[in-house]
Amino acid sequence: MAPTAEAVREQSPPEPPPPGGGPKPRRRRSLSTPYLLIGPALAILVLVLVWPIVQMVWNSLHDYTVRNLLPNAPAPEWNGFAHYRRLLTDPEFWAILRNTVVVCVLMVGGTMALGTLIGILLHKLPRWFSVTVSVGMMLAWATPAISASLVFRWLFLPERGLVNVALDGLPDWLVGSGWLNYNWFLEPVPLFSVLIAVIVWQSFPFIAVSVLAGLKSIPHELYEAVRVDGAGGWRSFWNVTFPMLRPLFALLLVLQIIWDLRVFTQLYILANSFQNKSVYLLSYYIYQQGFSASPANYGMGSAIAVVMTVMILVVTAYYLRIMIRQGETR
Amino acid sequence: MTATASATPRRRRRAPVGVLVRRTGLYAAGVAVFLFSVFPVYWMVATAFKPVGEIFSKDVRLFPATLTLEHFDRVLNDELIPGVNFWEFLVNSLIVTLGSVAAGAVLSLLAAVAVARFRFRMRSAFIILLLVIQMVPAEALIISVFINFRRFQDATGVQMLGNLTGILVVYTAVALPITIMMLRGFVASVPRELEEAAAIDGASPWTVFWRILMPLVAPGLVAASIFAFITAWNEFIVALTFLGRSTEEYTLPLSLSYYFGRYGTEWGAIMAASTLLTLPVMAFFLFAQRRMVSGLTLGAVKG
Repeated sequence: MAPTAEAVREQSPPEPPPPGGGPKPRRRRSLSTPYLLIGPALAILVLVLVWPIVQMVWNSLHDYTVRNLLPNAPAPEWNGFAHYRRLLTDPEFWAILRNTVVVCVLMVGGTMALGTLIGILLHKLPRWFSVTVSVGMMLAWATPAISASLVFRWLFLPERGLVNVALDGLPDWLVGSGWLNYNWFLEPVPLFSVLIAVIVWQSFPFIAVSVLAGLKSIPHELYEAVRVDGAGGWRSFWNVTFPMLRPLFALLLVLQIIWDLRVFTQLYILANSFQNKSVYLLSYYIYQQGFSASPANYGMGSAIAVVMTVMILVVTAYYLRIMIRQGETR
Repeated sequence: MTATASATPRRRRRAPVGVLVRRTGLYAAGVAVFLFSVFPVYWMVATAFKPVGEIFSKDVRLFPATLTLEHFDRVLNDELIPGVNFWEFLVNSLIVTLGSVAAGAVLSLLAAVAVARFRFRMRSAFIILLLVIQMVPAEALIISVFINFRRFQDATGVQMLGNLTGILVVYTAVALPITIMMLRGFVASVPRELEEAAAIDGASPWTVFWRILMPLVAPGLVAASIFAFITAWNEFIVALTFLGRSTEEYTLPLSLSYYFGRYGTEWGAIMAASTLLTLPVMAFFLFAQRRMVSGLTLGAVKG
């Protein structure tokens, strides 16, 4: 699809006349028509997404709480970089930031590794079997975040959760004992483990299906060539598959990082309250400051949001450069 | 497959065993992936059909001993708050979802035509804006948008929070960057010569649009709309925040909270409601999966 689209675009003259119409209206339309066409979309994007980015930065530099929203309340006061200074010196914030990075790396790494392996597996299986497995994967992918989180909570529930019952049924020398009453949702490590499990379960199908599509585009001759040279599966992956799919992997990696840094719904269901700060991730912290703290602290919430946005933009700057260089923006 | 590379007869005789082992391994891995993918969904549906006694029994069975519709009956027919039941929440969900899909389809089609068919000064800037906007997490913007809606509401009296208007606007905006990029590819792949030929035959721009462009872009519009539908249908946090205590305006994902926590968690009802919430998304996914992959990874694998 993309190459043909590019080709069509290449052929077109720089100022193509719009279809139909006489010479006079044609010239006038070619000046204003595109702006009329993007106008409505641009307006809603600016109002709902672009302008709030500016405000987010502004909010983060002011003492801004829910009280400032009351009628006749004074305007929020400039506080310099007080929010940021407080964050930088707050060990709790650093712990949350560290947890966010670690959990995100584990989610992204697990999803990418599992998704790639399964993509390759699907490519090797006969078609009917590959399609069957794909349909199964669609179910995992299609499950709404809220449903998936609730099912995993139910699976890991103390006493009646299937996972606890199964672990308890396994021999003690293998997994230890006392699993039946084990509560997964109190401490960071077990809670994040369940969280990572939900995310990986929901995300690997997209990676697998994308990798499968990529694999299908690699000419078969390349594999035959390395096979003649005596390469096994591992080497043919690193010498053919990976270099050929590098742009795809880069994109999937970036998308996955963005999606996993902002995980919220799943954590909201698994943690089930804002009591335990040790299981917060950045997006959760933003929300807690903005809507659950009393009083709701918009300034601090926005400062954390700025930190998260900067993290994401740093990661995606690389990807944006690729997209711009590839001519996606031409 | 790989074992046949050697030409010596001794190896050739052994080869089928190797192939068999290899193939068995692949099939076993395939079955494992299938079970891993499907199991939580199976468990959700299985729990939804189990009677309360079995759900609360410590004797956990992989297959329900008896099946019951009591949870579906409770979800579909009980009033969670006076006068409001599943069907009201469904209507709320349909209003925001279909509303934002319709608005998004029109807005993104117009913008996609502009980007794919016209050269204008702001074109590159607009596309870069779309790319950058996709990166900024909605979770980071939710505070600013909330404050804006609150201020707008106070200033004009037009209610944006506590009803469906605000979340409809947000869902429309959030899906736009991706749907515009998806549609742009579809519009660009329609040969311009087709439109020019029709124009020469005397068709008006309007006719060209409806008769030539639309039929060819329709599959892309369907894929983009399904993407937008799923985004809005599943959304939880914006709805939770903006609807607040206006419980009668809740969408389906929020209505699940009624079975969660209050007077002890009703796992049967939760799973039945989750199943109902998941069904339409699954149907759409099976229908449009491939187009969505190509839409999301647009431009990544080129030549």
